[in-house]
Amino acid sequence: MNDIMQAPTIEYGTLAPMLLVFGAAVLGVLVEAFAPRYLRKVMQVPLTLVSLGGAFALVLVQVIMRGAPTEAVAMGAVAVDGPALFIWGVILVLSFVCVLLVNDEGHFVASAAAVPGSADEEEAEAAGSGHTEIYPLLLFAVGGMMLFPAAHDLLTMFVGLEVMSLPLYLMCGLARRRRLLSQEASMKYFLLGAFSSAFFLYGTAMLYGYAGTVSLPGINKALAGGALLDPLLLIGFAMLGVGLLFKIGAAPFQAWKPDVYQGAPTPITALMASGTLVAAMGAVLRVFWVGLGNLDWNWRPVMWAVAALTMIVGAVLAITQTDIKRMLAYSSIAHAGFLLIGVMATFDKSQQNAGSLSAILFYLLVYSFTTVGAFAIVTMVRDPGGEAGHLSRWAGLGKRSPVLAGVFAFFLLAFAGIPLTSGFFGKYAVFAAALASGSESGDSLGGWMTGLVVLGVVASAVAAFFYVRVIVLMFFSEPAADGPSIAEPSMGTVAVIAVAALVTVGVGLFPQPMLDVAHQAAANLFIR
Amino acid sequence: MSSLWLPILLAVPVLGAVVVALLPKGADQVAKQVTLAVSLVVLALTLVMAFQFPSAKGDRFKFAAVYDWIPSFGVHFGVGVDGIALVLIVLSAVLVPIVVLASWHDADGVRTADGTLITPKRSVKTYFSLLLVLEAMMIGVFAATDIFLFYVFFEAMLIPMYFMIGSYGGAQRSYAAVKFLLYSLFGGLLMLVAVIGLYVVAGKSTFMFPELVGAIQDPATQKWLFAGFFIAFAIKAPLWPVHTWLPDAAAQAPAGAAVLLVGVLDKVGTFGMLRFCLELFPDAAKAFTMPIVVLAVISIIYGAIVAIGQSDMKRLIAYTSISHFGFIVMGVFAMSQVAQSGATLYMVNHGFATGALFLAAGFLIARRGSPHIADYGGAQKVTPLLAGFFLIAGLAGLSLPGLSSFVSEFMVMTGTYASKAHGSGALTVAAVVSALAVILAAVYILWMVQRVLNGPTAEPVKAFKDLNVREIVVLAPLVALIIGFGFFPKPLLDVINPAVSQTLVNVKVDNPAIAEKGAGQ
Repeated sequence: MNDIMQAPTIEYGTLAPMLLVFGAAVLGVLVEAFAPRYLRKVMQVPLTLVSLGGAFALVLVQVIMRGAPTEAVAMGAVAVDGPALFIWGVILVLSFVCVLLVNDEGHFVASAAAVPGSADEEEAEAAGSGHTEIYPLLLFAVGGMMLFPAAHDLLTMFVGLEVMSLPLYLMCGLARRRRLLSQEASMKYFLLGAFSSAFFLYGTAMLYGYAGTVSLPGINKALAGGALLDPLLLIGFAMLGVGLLFKIGAAPFQAWKPDVYQGAPTPITALMASGTLVAAMGAVLRVFWVGLGNLDWNWRPVMWAVAALTMIVGAVLAITQTDIKRMLAYSSIAHAGFLLIGVMATFDKSQQNAGSLSAILFYLLVYSFTTVGAFAIVTMVRDPGGEAGHLSRWAGLGKRSPVLAGVFAFFLLAFAGIPLTSGFFGKYAVFAAALASGSESGDSLGGWMTGLVVLGVVASAVAAFFYVRVIVLMFFSEPAADGPSIAEPSMGTVAVIAVAALVTVGVGLFPQPMLDVAHQAAANLFIR
Repeated sequence: MSSLWLPILLAVPVLGAVVVALLPKGADQVAKQVTLAVSLVVLALTLVMAFQFPSAKGDRFKFAAVYDWIPSFGVHFGVGVDGIALVLIVLSAVLVPIVVLASWHDADGVRTADGTLITPKRSVKTYFSLLLVLEAMMIGVFAATDIFLFYVFFEAMLIPMYFMIGSYGGAQRSYAAVKFLLYSLFGGLLMLVAVIGLYVVAGKSTFMFPELVGAIQDPATQKWLFAGFFIAFAIKAPLWPVHTWLPDAAAQAPAGAAVLLVGVLDKVGTFGMLRFCLELFPDAAKAFTMPIVVLAVISIIYGAIVAIGQSDMKRLIAYTSISHFGFIVMGVFAMSQVAQSGATLYMVNHGFATGALFLAAGFLIARRGSPHIADYGGAQKVTPLLAGFFLIAGLAGLSLPGLSSFVSEFMVMTGTYASKAHGSGALTVAAVVSALAVILAAVYILWMVQRVLNGPTAEPVKAFKDLNVREIVVLAPLVALIIGFGFFPKPLLDVINPAVSQTLVNVKVDNPAIAEKGAGQ
């Protein structure tokens, strides 16, 4: 026996952006271990920003110098194709922006181990201690977000999922104010997230049982020739779906979103609402389009129901919310529903599929930037006890600080999809793809796609109601006598809001350049 | 070859709005003057354009300009005007400076004759920059020859109006503003589905209107798409039974904004029916003619009857408008040259007449602080000038012969009566029933005039001052237009008629007027 372990081939150049982020995260841990306390923040912040910026630059270099690879790398474990590179770019910019929000003292607990309200806590606060571990944790989460949508087999995807989620569970519990709420959010997120991971893993096992492989194209190949009503396949596909849909917060797996978004420190909420959603949508697309592409007559009707339910639940429940972060959470649920409409817009021809894919990528880009901007503004409206979460506290904000309220109103209009904002074109692109897909001759859903789009616009109209309600509160109501104060924003926060507003306006007026980028990214679809 | 007229016409108010918005705090007077100047420049440009229109090049859409906007979606920045669009742009350009003057003090905090504050001081420059943004969008929505661009203006123009009602309106303003926005947005979103559907089904990879005419042949598809467009326009117009937002919005909006809302924004609905519903989906339009005419007749009668019962002047005027919009819709769908030209003329005349009525009522309300008819009485003796203008505007509202609305209402009714488009005499019956509204109109207008202007002078009315110079300058041009076009509507009709003929050709209706012209040559 001369079993020689073959060293796996790793294309370091292709994976460089992801490796850079993970490497910086490890360095960050070392800094935590060895650097003196007073130096940590000074070292962590530049390390994090430089690594995220550097990773983004590497993505650009890769796209410009070599274009997207056409083969999966790392022994078929990771597919760095056009959509993956686009998603990487978006996630890196978003996380860079979120780090600018994190770099703002008031949000994180001084000592996470201290019992809320205890003397220890006061002591830690008085001593001005903080958790600079946030930065490496965030980098690990971002690394996971990059791996998750680029994974080419289900096990790698699972690893990406966990690497992304575990730091997020932890970071959710680190809010400085209302700590019990934050810890509750962390606990809930962890328990439900662990459940969904288990579903995902179980589904992977079932599909392995069916196909004899965990590689996505392998499963698809097995589907092409195999029995399509095999219980292993159906159970596996359902379980996998549950795990993935949980991460994007699609109904009926949306229950964690409002609690977690509300409890988590707002910069982390911003990261989850943008980065996690983008990554998870990428993974959903890859699993359903690549792995289960030959099963689409089977999953599309299920997805129809999920998308419809998600839009309705998100839009209707948002109306009853009284907390701004919960409202934005439900709005994010509704938007996940709109995105799922795009996921269903599949065609027989790959060229048209590329059209749908570019629509989804475009939507992800515009939505996530607006979201980060909105949460950045939420961090600025403060009460003595922390952020002024309750909607009634926002009354008359338009009179106190017209610019801030104006920008926020603009973001809300973008969420509502009013023309001349970026959100409108995102919605338009997805709806157009869905209608085109439904009108394709022989489409298994046919007129049902039109029905879903109509449902989508009705949900948009309902959603518009609660966005507009906030505008009414801010502009048409008299300010309360003891209204919230507007925190003097740090440079970082200003930069975040400015970037988000710029993207929302710029893409709203001239979407073509961004559409071109999305179109090129989607042109060759996923690596199969 | 692209003409720069319309892009400039759009750019001027937008730039003006930016300038006004960027003025330093406290420069209220400058903001007003800049706004007035900009709106007058727009008016001047529009008038020059209008006089050049007959000799301008282009077969249907003149002053056309087409630029690529979003090539991936087949969307162009395509603008151009035919006669119908032109008269509506002129209407907008005439009304805006008048509204600017009329709203001169609206955001300063309005005090009644006895000194009570009825609306508090609000941001002046925001109001006037919103007004200019709205003007650009009103011009854009009528000028758009790309359906996507039309949709963008159609939806985006809601936002400035929403803030004008919500921030500057009366006591119930936020309710009215939200109701207005949600109704319109809902209709707009249904239209969005139809817009996308049109693009997908036509398969021409363009949104340019001229290329899409006749692109949809399948009757069933036509009906669905027609419905998507029509519901949006019916809400906008508004037609019974989706009219309920209008009285609230018009009553709560400041008088100037109400003029633009009822005078121009609502016309987008009837304009859309004529331009898009009819020409893009001719078979569906013919198939749905009778149900729509029935709705229109209900609107005519219902609006008139409900108007009689109103105790609030602005709500009363809003309901009379619902009745008038019924006439316009009936004229549009009667599918005859006379009726459609009449309907288009009606859109313009209604803008002037209702504008004058709203503004005159607004001046009364600003003096008394109450929109309730019962709070007035005998104003004629105290403020003879105001009363005179109010009376003429009111008489235009009831379509008195010699005033402009009469011509258009008469054309709509005779055109509908004689229309053979629907074969049977059903349209004749509709015309006869709608004629009842002429009597009802006399009731609602004259009864309001009687209660407000005549009778014993109410105590608070005695403190009223008559119109000042600014207010006369506001009302005089409108009254002049009402009387002028009442006797001499030909300039407008000369512009409107060819455009309507073209519409009817695209709808494939046998058009006696064209046949006549052909025979004469």
